[in-house]
Amino acid sequence: MRVAITSQGQSLESRLDRRFGRAAFFVVANTKTDEFTVHDNTQNLNAAQGAGIQAGSNVAGLNVEALITGNVGPKAYAVLKAAGIRIYLAPGGTVAESLQRFKDGLLEERLSANVDGHWI
Amino acid sequence: MKIAVASGKGGTGKTTVAVNLSLFLVDAGLKVTYADCDVEEPDGHLFLKPKSGLKRRVAVLVPQVNPEACNLCGKCGAFCRYSAIVVLKEKVVTFPELCHNCGVCAYVCSAQAITEVNRYIGSVERGSAGKLNFISGCLDIGQAISPPLIKDVLKETPDSGVTIVDAPPGTSCPAMTAVSDCDYLLLVTEPTPFGRHDLELMLQAVCSLSIPKGVVLNRVSSPDTATEKLCSRYGVSILSRIPEDRLIAEAYSKGLTVWEAVPGYRTLFADLWSRIEPIAGGYMA
Repeated sequence: MRVAITSQGQSLESRLDRRFGRAAFFVVANTKTDEFTVHDNTQNLNAAQGAGIQAGSNVAGLNVEALITGNVGPKAYAVLKAAGIRIYLAPGGTVAESLQRFKDGLLEERLSANVDGHWI
Repeated sequence: MKIAVASGKGGTGKTTVAVNLSLFLVDAGLKVTYADCDVEEPDGHLFLKPKSGLKRRVAVLVPQVNPEACNLCGKCGAFCRYSAIVVLKEKVVTFPELCHNCGVCAYVCSAQAITEVNRYIGSVERGSAGKLNFISGCLDIGQAISPPLIKDVLKETPDSGVTIVDAPPGTSCPAMTAVSDCDYLLLVTEPTPFGRHDLELMLQAVCSLSIPKGVVLNRVSSPDTATEKLCSRYGVSILSRIPEDRLIAEAYSKGLTVWEAVPGYRTLFADLWSRIEPIAGGYMA
């Protein structure tokens, strides 16, 4: 299964980025092979509004089945849900640790946004 | 002729100046419209107590996507500056509350899958208070974008006579929308560090609009050289000083106008008009 993880850096040892819309990078990992690719999200870092929506749209374009991140707002949630991507919230740590927790079934699937929007 | 009464800071006395100047102009025999563009918290009606006339709902146009016609080409999402429409692999998601109603999504849609539909954001009410023509906008609770409603209020103001625009506070889009089409800009401030700070922000915000402007200093109890220096640095005059007077505060606390309750100040608004009128277009001539 292909999974996207929000990351502050470009390796599996980077810290999980708890922000979704304004995450620095998305690490896309294959849970079977442990191969991964890194996708830049910096264009959204300075977005005036709609960062969550654009990030959701970008992740939808990465052909992943699930997303692991720290927080997800209502608009990002709407996009991810429409794209059929399942959302799992991780408490922190590295990308590799978050991926392992996911594989071990320790992360619960999120069925709604867990934070409010803050676009204005 | 349109005269906007604005202020960087809230609570400086915009509505007091706008309402009493309107009443003076009616008394002077002019055809006057008071337009409340402070649509998030309109309160001119509390002073003017207009007889209510026509009230109509105001809508903006937002995209509605017909999934059967849509070929998921992605152009609408690529052109939208506000992430209000997003094209995914199998469907299009819209966020009407982020939409700025530009219509580009429908314009670029080659499949004609987008229809622009009404989304109601507030209402505009017309009425009259004696001979004064009254117009007021009121944004619905929960709406975040007020400029389209402010534009609708301004659209209802007549071309003839004098319109006094009561602008929303601040220096962002709502305030700029209310003042940018006016013939004269009256900036109300108070002799406090906060009043001066926000007056300067406002002077910077409007400097690129070539609208003549002047300042009204409200609640004056002693000479305020700091505000005077600020105004002279920006080349604007202080046209009027409204004293800190308990009689004015008491009238305000009861929702009465200075014009009615403290007639001794009527000449103050006459003097203010005599400073504005020659610059704003020589209307009375």
